[in-house]
Amino acid sequence: MLFRIYRYDPDKDAKPYTKEYEIELRSTDRMLLDALTRIKEMDDSLSLRRSCREGVCGSDAMNINGKNGLACITPLAGLKSPVDLRPLPGLPVIRDLIVDMSQFFKQYHSVKPYLVNEEPAPDTERLQSPKDRDQLDGLYECILCACCSTSCPSFWWNPDKFVGPAGLLQAYRFLADSRDQSTSQRLDNLEDPYRLFRCHSIMNCVDVCPKGLNPTKAIGKIKDMLVKRMV
Amino acid sequence: MVGRNTTGAHYGLKDWLVQRVTAVVMAAYIIIFAAVYFVTFPQDYFSWSYTFQSQWMRIATLLFFLSLFWHAWVGVRDIYMDYIKPTGLRLGLQVVTILVLIVYAMWMIQILWSV
Repeated sequence: MLFRIYRYDPDKDAKPYTKEYEIELRSTDRMLLDALTRIKEMDDSLSLRRSCREGVCGSDAMNINGKNGLACITPLAGLKSPVDLRPLPGLPVIRDLIVDMSQFFKQYHSVKPYLVNEEPAPDTERLQSPKDRDQLDGLYECILCACCSTSCPSFWWNPDKFVGPAGLLQAYRFLADSRDQSTSQRLDNLEDPYRLFRCHSIMNCVDVCPKGLNPTKAIGKIKDMLVKRMV
Repeated sequence: MVGRNTTGAHYGLKDWLVQRVTAVVMAAYIIIFAAVYFVTFPQDYFSWSYTFQSQWMRIATLLFFLSLFWHAWVGVRDIYMDYIKPTGLRLGLQVVTILVLIVYAMWMIQILWSV
């Protein structure tokens, strides 16, 4: 199978280039990450992030044949050869397939992704009814791989101002939490032509999310909450 | 990239809502207009003119165009916000767009009430 991989080492290369690797797949190579590990054995100068190798840590997000995804849960059988691999679009490249995610995490932190509850903590945990708990399904599963935000043109144009789909999904995760007491401040924080309203619902985020989540729907719910608060 | 205060500017909801509401108004007008067209089936200038002489048709058309201009303003401003970074240029373009839309609106009223 032929792979064309984006290579760039700022210490050595004047500009990025594409390097081709032809490898013989073995019967045990099932996912793209298996092939990348094999390529790494051939050429140890290739840099990429990887950790859990089962779609939980979100480290090996990359642009695979033009679409963002996780290498570890992308089956080789479904890929068209040659396989074009590039770093996630829109973020500064540190080296090869590794990008600088600082801006992404800055936006994530800006939505205060933690429970705000001023009441003294109970002896055990803060309880929720099963119905309230159901509200968090489809939100809490996000692994922050950045596939969605880096496929969003609004995030490409305004990464410093637009929270992006991943951050907004997490914003709604805490807005929807019955134990959180900061709804009003959270909505204040998001009511902004850039932070929230750069989303034009083109749904690239939904298309690429490796966990099958729907940030556009969550963003719609935040807008609903803002409308309810206003009218 | 410049750090920006990560708090809301406390506006933006109105523009988003206006875009939705004006879209509904325009969609409703298109249905009304199609119905009027297929019922009266105007063939020449006089029958077209007759269609637009009724006060409610004029008001519905006025509502449609005002919705269109307001909708266009929000959309065009969104494009400027995404692609025009220098503040002076963006403000200039915004002012020109507003003036052009106001001229269109006045022109449209003049045409509507003169047929």
